Amino acid sequence: MEITLRDAVTVVHGMFFGALLLLAFTGAGMGLYAVSAPVGRWNVTPAQQRWLSLYIALMALLAWLTVLLGAYAVYPWYRAHPPAGLTDLSGYPQRLLMSSPGTAQWHDLGMEWKEHIAWFAPLSLTAAAYLVARYGAHLHVLRPVRRALIRLLALAFLSAGVAGFFGAMLNKYAPVRGGPHIVLMHGDSHDE
Amino acid sequence: MTNERNEAAPANGAAAATILAVAIGGFVLGVCALAGDASPAIAHLLNVWNPTGPLSGVTALAIIAWLLSWFVLARAWSGRNLQLRRINLLALALISVGLLLTFPPFMDLLQGK
Repeated sequence: MEITLRDAVTVVHGMFFGALLLLAFTGAGMGLYAVSAPVGRWNVTPAQQRWLSLYIALMALLAWLTVLLGAYAVYPWYRAHPPAGLTDLSGYPQRLLMSSPGTAQWHDLGMEWKEHIAWFAPLSLTAAAYLVARYGAHLHVLRPVRRALIRLLALAFLSAGVAGFFGAMLNKYAPVRGGPHIVLMHGDSHDE
Repeated sequence: MTNERNEAAPANGAAAATILAVAIGGFVLGVCALAGDASPAIAHLLNVWNPTGPLSGVTALAIIAWLLSWFVLARAWSGRNLQLRRINLLALALISVGLLLTFPPFMDLLQGK
């Protein structure tokens, strides 16, 4: 069982950092609602409040890792230009997508949107982490701060969701693949 | 879990600075993305790291605008209580425009493509 280096980096970008970030939104939404609802909120201890702050800060870190790895490792492989005359474009995902009218929109709409909108997630989550750390114990009385915080979280979810969806679809139609092969497991083939 | 704390809520100036700075960063991101898409000369200027292309400049400028505005606004509004609803509305408008400007069909519409 083997995987190429570019596949492995893409997996870390999308399926580890990106997917973990998307999963974390459920916990963040529930946690923030529980501690900041004006009525019936959980009165948490300072230690529990710090855990919630740390949770949101880790989400911001995941978002930064996702966009930085995507923009500065995966994206250059995606947009690489093939040598003139090359007909096998499998190592050049952008060119492969653009070579057919049936797939060109995955680049023109999908990648063009994803590469920009994704950056709203780390910006808004960093701000959300700061707001929770600074105002966490008082969110239930600071309605405008609470509303802004929920909107920042929604913005981050929207941007990460759009980027994640198009990332997955782009990788189905034109996987970022190549580089040295990494052997994950040795084994014999079994014919059934 | 019944550790109710009764300290006074901190002033909201720092929150206002944080919220508006994100909106400014997002707005700059959208404007730079559109400018790079519309003009090859600007795209060339935004190409600060060739393997990533103009995206490197677009995101670098957005991050600089975000951090710089956060720093300046936080210094200006620290310890103050502001009309946060107005700041939130302004932030919502800037973020909405920024988001729209990253959407390729809207970019194409603005450029008459």
